[in-house]
Amino acid sequence: MEKELRLMKGNEAVAEAAIRAGADGYFGYPITPQSEILEYLMEANPQATTGMVVLQAESEVAAINMVYGGASCGKKVMTSSSSPGISLKQEGITYIAGAELPCLIVNVVRGGPGLGTIQPAQSDYFQATKGGGHGDYHLLVLAPASVQEMADFVELGFDLAFKYRNPVMILSDGAIGQMMEKVWLKPQKKRSEEILPWATTGKPATRERNIITSLDLDPGRQEHFNLKLIAKYREMEEKEVRFEEFMTDDAEYIFVAYGTSARLCQKALQLARAEGIKAGLLRPITLFPFPKKRLNELAASVKGMLAVEMSAGQMVEDVMLSVCGKTRVSHYGRMGGMIPTPEEVLENLKSFIKG
Amino acid sequence: MTEEIIIAGFGGQGVLSMGKIMAYSGMMQDMEVSWMPSYGPEMRGGTANVNVILSDERISSPILRSFDTAIILNQQSMDKFEKSVKPGGTLIYDGNGITRHPERKDITVYRIDAAEEASKLKMQKMFNMFVLGGFMKVKPILKTEYVLKGLKKSLPERYHNLIPLNEKAIERGMEIINKV
Repeated sequence: MEKELRLMKGNEAVAEAAIRAGADGYFGYPITPQSEILEYLMEANPQATTGMVVLQAESEVAAINMVYGGASCGKKVMTSSSSPGISLKQEGITYIAGAELPCLIVNVVRGGPGLGTIQPAQSDYFQATKGGGHGDYHLLVLAPASVQEMADFVELGFDLAFKYRNPVMILSDGAIGQMMEKVWLKPQKKRSEEILPWATTGKPATRERNIITSLDLDPGRQEHFNLKLIAKYREMEEKEVRFEEFMTDDAEYIFVAYGTSARLCQKALQLARAEGIKAGLLRPITLFPFPKKRLNELAASVKGMLAVEMSAGQMVEDVMLSVCGKTRVSHYGRMGGMIPTPEEVLENLKSFIKG
Repeated sequence: MTEEIIIAGFGGQGVLSMGKIMAYSGMMQDMEVSWMPSYGPEMRGGTANVNVILSDERISSPILRSFDTAIILNQQSMDKFEKSVKPGGTLIYDGNGITRHPERKDITVYRIDAAEEASKLKMQKMFNMFVLGGFMKVKPILKTEYVLKGLKKSLPERYHNLIPLNEKAIERGMEIINKV
């Protein structure tokens, strides 16, 4: 398949990009608003072309453990779900992080808690960026704001997952999953045939056996392992921070927003500028690692930052930690599947400016 | 140029697919496009709406609450979205089943009796194409040539034989739309 321009839903773009990125396997279970990922892959039947396995598991728990198994063999494997389903996967995710395995997890977030609603939300930020399961670990979290990024972050996500031997999450939401936009798809990549040195692919006579586990009953060794993980996360913070800025050069007030909220803020920013308010936008693309340094720099030159999220206020805590009290920080959000309008965001910026 | 549109009506009227054809056509014309459907309980309860944006520039928010053009195909949608048209904007509606007609004076209102015409010509399944034709007449953004290309791209091949009929519906739609 050649490079190609298509009109696709975010969910479909993830699925097509996974095939084209040369993924070895997808294991999932349907849930709105991300079911199109599984449906698209089932219909595309890549087994017949690239050899990629697509399987509807009996549950989310089974799906993530199939990912665990595939990743143990060094395969490029992924799963996707939406909020309640991602909660079910958390045990598997912490085991995968603890076993230092690469994989890609896509969360098309809906409103919560519990079964909540099927409408878009960003209320899984804490779960995605602070671990989610038990134990000291992080996922590397990518936050797409367009259908194009839904596609691009699949390959990027796999690359980063293998680079750090760490699970990567694409944290999207129902709006980006369901909407259609133009998307440039990359040409088909061949599935890798490389046998990775740490993978459990059968022991040859030439090396010791590989063991994949997240269990170590020796506290000293376990702590040593924890330190190794922390070093890995520090390295991500050094090398992998990604963000995008809009009109921050002369900005007095900055929106901080990711995903769908960042799109709303782009519009709110235009409306604000039209009224003479010097607004800017910083859009974190990686949520872990978070663009702390850049926000801290910007804090010195602006009068305030407004975090806009479709949640009760989660990312705003990372904004506060980043600016260390150098500037005023506040939050505006809607919940339960409600999406704020750009006009509403502008009104809140105005009342934030008034103080 | 940025045109922010909502199409709203009953499920089955072809609301989402009409939006999709508009987005495809925009793409064929090298425009930036977005298509954002309602996928929630409202859709499951029988009403459907979709936001479509056609623009020469990178699209910021794909989710909107006020629109340059509202295409309204049932009474519930009239009650809900008449007020969402920007002042100076356009409202296009099908008179079929409408009991309370648009009342606003600060917008341009067009009526197209597409359901009636489609039924007269026994082309009920192409109802939405009549409406699309009406839209194309009063908002000349999408060109027929590209709409046909868009149809070709969005329809499965087994339906490509229906494209000439769709074209006919679009042309007829252009003729039967009237300013109120």
